[in-house]
Amino acid sequence: MSDPILPIIKTEGDTHYLAGSRCGACGQIFVGERDVCAKCTARGQMASIKLAETGSLYAYTVVERSFPGVATPFIDAVVDLDDGAHLKGTLMGVDPNPATIPFGLKVKIEWREAVPVGADKPYLTYVFVPQEGASA
Amino acid sequence: MSHVYVVGIDMIRFGRYPDRTVPGLAAEAALMALDDAGLTLKDMQALYCGNLGQASGMVGQRMLAEIGQTAIPVTNVANACATGATAFRDGWMAIKAGVYDTVLAVGVEQMGKGLLGGGGGVSPEGLVGSYTMPAMFAHIGMEHTQKYGTTFAQFAQVSVKNHHHSTLNPKSMYRKETPLEEVMGSEMIAYPNTKLMCSVNVDGSAAAVLMSEEKVKRLGLMDRAVRIRASEMSSNPYEDRQAAMPDFSGATRVCAKKVYEQAGLGAEDINLVELHDCFATAELVHYENLGLCADGEAGRLIDDGTTALGGRVPVNVSGGLLSKGHPLGATGIANIYEVATHLRGKAEARQVEGARIGMTHVVGGGPGMGTACAIHILEKV
Repeated sequence: MSDPILPIIKTEGDTHYLAGSRCGACGQIFVGERDVCAKCTARGQMASIKLAETGSLYAYTVVERSFPGVATPFIDAVVDLDDGAHLKGTLMGVDPNPATIPFGLKVKIEWREAVPVGADKPYLTYVFVPQEGASA
Repeated sequence: MSHVYVVGIDMIRFGRYPDRTVPGLAAEAALMALDDAGLTLKDMQALYCGNLGQASGMVGQRMLAEIGQTAIPVTNVANACATGATAFRDGWMAIKAGVYDTVLAVGVEQMGKGLLGGGGGVSPEGLVGSYTMPAMFAHIGMEHTQKYGTTFAQFAQVSVKNHHHSTLNPKSMYRKETPLEEVMGSEMIAYPNTKLMCSVNVDGSAAAVLMSEEKVKRLGLMDRAVRIRASEMSSNPYEDRQAAMPDFSGATRVCAKKVYEQAGLGAEDINLVELHDCFATAELVHYENLGLCADGEAGRLIDDGTTALGGRVPVNVSGGLLSKGHPLGATGIANIYEVATHLRGKAEARQVEGARIGMTHVVGGGPGMGTACAIHILEKV
């Protein structure tokens, strides 16, 4: 099993999930594990959760120039997950053409193995892809 | 409470000076500002020195080693793109508090070419979206497009305007007209920001002498003084999407509200603005964050020429970060230099006629870091 590219990516048996937290005081949902609420400052109220794996496209850009060695173009997406969390990631399975990428596109998370720039082995990562039947 | 004044201020022409040193660039601007005030380093009671690239390198002390070791207290400041403005504000606060009556603030940066960040170790770049600055600020523009339908051409028009302004500024890195087709047709970096819609990485320095009201009057320097009507800062308030897309609007809105309250003024009183156009997308968003127009109207403001020289509230008549250049630690004081020059009526070809009140804004940060915002309102004496 490859190492995760980010610490929010967790593996349980042979399934993967994204770690999140929910504040018991204000209800805010965060990406990743944390102890104190950045929104309401409550301490000791945070519960670990598994983040939703479906959501909709809030904003994006098509990256044409990146750091040396990184393949372009790719779509850098901000997705509103269906549980209220907000997640950044690469959107795949869509033509990287701003004229045809609709805001609000329904997407889901898929797991991939990929070799990041600066590495000589694959890592486990997530990508966004359109949900079945979503228009792109 | 009495005000604090700028009595000397200047900047070097922004450009690429690979054979110079950071303290050397800082020293040049410091001496220019002292000359502008008609004072010497021996008159300075403290130094506030802003720099990012050598933030642990005691740039302020090394600058004094070049122009005079007077043993004054030195505070070295690093605060992302708000570094220079933070150093300036620290000097303002010290005088406000009555600790000193005359201080020097300097901002300096020496930069390489190309994208900021990256390099070193395994990176999620490309696998988990992008961590480049152009992509971050592209998201901010695309969020505006999603909400209000703002177009690629409207964002590009910001760059056309600021490049035009820079042709009138002898201290700008670039001084070339860039028609709309050229801006939109230049290399796409991260849609909608093309290369000509990204700020220029340059070397630069700027410096200011700040003085208490009582001392300005005593030394008879009111003829060159510019009043600091208000000074404010903020960090990023909690925003839902901050982990997915760094937020520069929340901090700017908090800071703008506070600075207008402190000044006892509103956006309608501002005659010119130097704001943080690190990318063309950012300038439009900040029109709304600073209250220059209502939410959703930024596209109209650039379309109808309101923010061009000759318009109701000219923005970035210096050429802005897009053309004048963006030496991170120097930018905040260079913006203050620009506005002060207009308030003194010395901006020559680019003079905003009748300017009495001007605003400077910087906001910086990065993915996973947070945001620093500083806004100053300056007033003609």
